[in-house]
Amino acid sequence: MRLALETLIEVKNLCKSFEGRPVLEGINLAVERGSVFVIMGGSGCGKTTLLRNLIGVIRPDSGQILVGGEDITLFDEKRMDGYRKRFGMLFQMGALLNSLSVRDNIALPLREHTRLDEKIIGVMVKMKLELVGLRDFEHLKPAQLSGGMQKRVALARALALDPEIVFYDEPTSGLDPVVTGVISQLILDLSKRMGITSVVITHDIGSAFMIADKMVVLFRGKVVAEGTPQQIRESPDPLVQQFIHGRPDGPIPLRQSSRDYLEDLLDI
Amino acid sequence: MSSAEARSEGRTMLFLRHLTSISCFFVETMKWTLVKPFQGKPLRLRSAIAQMDEVGVKSIPIVALVSFVIGVILVLQTAYQLDKFGAVGFAASLAGVALTREMAPLLTAIVLAGRVSAAFTAELGTMMVTEEITALEVMAISPVAYLVVPRFLAMVVMLPCLTVLSDVIGMAGGYFVGTLAIGIRPALYIHDTINALLVKDIMSGLVKSVVFAVIIAMVGCYTAFVVKGGSEGVGKSTMISVVTSLISIILADCLFTAIFYMFM
Repeated sequence: MRLALETLIEVKNLCKSFEGRPVLEGINLAVERGSVFVIMGGSGCGKTTLLRNLIGVIRPDSGQILVGGEDITLFDEKRMDGYRKRFGMLFQMGALLNSLSVRDNIALPLREHTRLDEKIIGVMVKMKLELVGLRDFEHLKPAQLSGGMQKRVALARALALDPEIVFYDEPTSGLDPVVTGVISQLILDLSKRMGITSVVITHDIGSAFMIADKMVVLFRGKVVAEGTPQQIRESPDPLVQQFIHGRPDGPIPLRQSSRDYLEDLLDI
Repeated sequence: MSSAEARSEGRTMLFLRHLTSISCFFVETMKWTLVKPFQGKPLRLRSAIAQMDEVGVKSIPIVALVSFVIGVILVLQTAYQLDKFGAVGFAASLAGVALTREMAPLLTAIVLAGRVSAAFTAELGTMMVTEEITALEVMAISPVAYLVVPRFLAMVVMLPCLTVLSDVIGMAGGYFVGTLAIGIRPALYIHDTINALLVKDIMSGLVKSVVFAVIIAMVGCYTAFVVKGGSEGVGKSTMISVVTSLISIILADCLFTAIFYMFM
């Protein structure tokens, strides 16, 4: 039940290379407001680099990233900070500050960017923790929590400033099936109930098909397939089929060396 | 060009690049310390005070021990030499001047370079590896303002304090061995020390200690921000951080001693 099909994030012809090695080669995609957009791909396909471009941590070599019509690649530090307050980010390992308690971690963006009273911040922290089901843990340090709990706390922190966009970097990697289900449901709820736009990077096929409104498959820095989960599932592309079924044989090479194996052996 | 030449040129370039970026890092730190507080971005004093406790107060025992022993050694060594001229009495003034001008600032800085520089790099480097620093940046919180400035302030305030402490305890060590072992009269020892010391001796030691504090804080934090490659990288950076701060401290000491010698 979406109200308007307005494009919030638009990536146009994005290129980025590291030390002459191209990682992103002309990425194009569009994310609608309030939808869940999933970026899939194997390890080393450029997913993380794409995400780092989207959050403004690295700048592309060429191309545009339009958020609400404004090109963030042209932002200076001050405007970038303004943009960063509009989104939340869930890091792969949570990236909670280990020196602070769960409560202080979630309160950190509120204390930094608002002038709210400490009592109100306390209430807001409790609300965010209730959202991820961890209200009893606010006085613990991150190191005392399990991996899944850390990720949920990190999600609560990402939501602290009520962002319009949340970026997720591998939200379910390394978690057990139940917690994976819980996190996937949370991402869906946030999008459907609160209208938060979600951009999810994952190679967890099950969770991706469960939450996505639209998805793209990246391979070697290019978008090879794009569409609704249904369209991706029915894609005739053998590359996509191999990826979503996890088949060992197919067009995706296992070996990543350019030299001939025999030649390499004889060289020793 | 031979490969050895090419490699050495590569190293020179790398050194120059690091020198440029640590200078930028210093400018950024100064901006957040001196300019931004007047533009509505207050200093994080609570965090700075916690760091002062960590780097300053908790360093007192080890600084006190080292200074006391150095005071003892200085007086013994000078007395041994001065005895040949029958001038053992000068040991007090010599030790006092050597301590305040040189030994106390240098040794305190060396102790702290090992203790604090390593701690800064290991802690911030781990935060770098676990993406905590990226997370701060993405939350629009400057990692320099949040992490570096409190550590910088703590060092710049605490190292001169520790140096004064080291001055006093070092002289107490000298007094202890001078009066008890060498047999200088207590009143004479104190009188000689006070007569020999000038304010500029103490001041030049303190100026040095501020410079050393800047070096330790900047090297410790900067090497953390360039950590690459997981836990191995953190270990390597920590080692580089300690070695770099030690060498920089001694070079800076030489430079400032020369300047003070020429102009004071």
